Amino acid sequence: MTAATNMKEVLESKLGGVSLVWSAFRDQNRVAVPVSHIAAALQTLRDAGMDQLVDITAVDMLEYPGATDRFEVVYLLLNTTSGERLTVKTHVNEPELKLPSACPVWFGADWLEREVYDMFGIVFEGHPNFKRLLLPDAFESFPLRKDYPVKGRGERHNFPIITRAES
Amino acid sequence: MATEINKQLGDNVFLTTIDAAASWARANSLWPMPFATACCGIELMSTAASKHDLSRFGSEVMRFTPRQCDLMIVAGRVVMKMIPVLQRIWLQMPEPKWCISMGACACSGGVFDTYAVVQGIDRFLPVDIYIPGCPPRPEQLIKAIMDLQDKIKKTGTYDAREFKLRILPDGPKRFDEDELVRIRERNGFKLDEPKYDPIH
Ligand code: SF4
Repeated sequence: MTAATNMKEVLESKLGGVSLVWSAFRDQNRVAVPVSHIAAALQTLRDAGMDQLVDITAVDMLEYPGATDRFEVVYLLLNTTSGERLTVKTHVNEPELKLPSACPVWFGADWLEREVYDMFGIVFEGHPNFKRLLLPDAFESFPLRKDYPVKGRGERHNFPIITRAES
Repeated sequence: MATEINKQLGDNVFLTTIDAAASWARANSLWPMPFATACCGIELMSTAASKHDLSRFGSEVMRFTPRQCDLMIVAGRVVMKMIPVLQRIWLQMPEPKWCISMGACACSGGVFDTYAVVQGIDRFLPVDIYIPGCPPRPEQLIKAIMDLQDKIKKTGTYDAREFKLRILPDGPKRFDEDELVRIRERNGFKLDEPKYDPIH
């Protein structure tokens, strides 16, 4: 708990005047950072000892009761020396689905950001090799968005049919 | 006359057609291509392993290159990224060749009715034998191979001309739910209109 307080001080001294929303649940600390300051916040936390980026993921808040923003991007950070963890959240909305890439800060952000783009269509600017990770390049939708039908839009059946006569 | 020959030659000579002889040889020397993409593949391995011992039925040599195989066993779910690979492997196999669709997923998509999973490989490939089950028992796979051997012995021809007759059937097509989605989108149906309250 002391270490997290320390993170809070570091972050608030570095990003003076930015509204950071802190919350905690069973020793897990979370902070919501405005999207304009996410790059500075991540760099600050990296310099303060958060040396591992465990995961980047996103949540589509479409039709979620009480939510004001459409997408929530979540960074899970770990200090491998002290074992302390911090969850950093930021929010993006259509049509400005853009975030600065975390690749310069943690190299491991490479595939994580590409996966978030693959599933949600959120663009990470400054990424060295930005393209789809899991789905084929020709795929046009972003399947983890809530407005995408679970059975897809016919992508799964868009293939040539091989019959006995021609194979 | 025939009895006279029989008397002289006994069981050393028998008369048959060349189709039957070729099919008999093929049926008893099936070389499977194990296209195992998911959990059914474990059952496929078990079928080939010592306990169930598929080689008792003349189908022992699993080859991992399609050019040496004549039976493709698709064991597991096939996703949309895998279908081009599957089709390519199928086209690389020399004729005559057969396909077994093993398990609920390969036959119909199984429980995975999602955007990425193909709802049955028979939509894109000719399938000879379907094996139901999740996963099918090794005995079921052995039975399927024996049924396939029967089929080859009954219908096979030495130049595989029976395949030329088997093309997609004419007549009414099955209803495709994906087609419904495409039709609705073409007509401007909006998916993001809230149709129900997801929470209450
Ligand atoms: S049918 Fe069952 S066992 Fe076979 S691949 Fe599908 S889920 Fe796995």
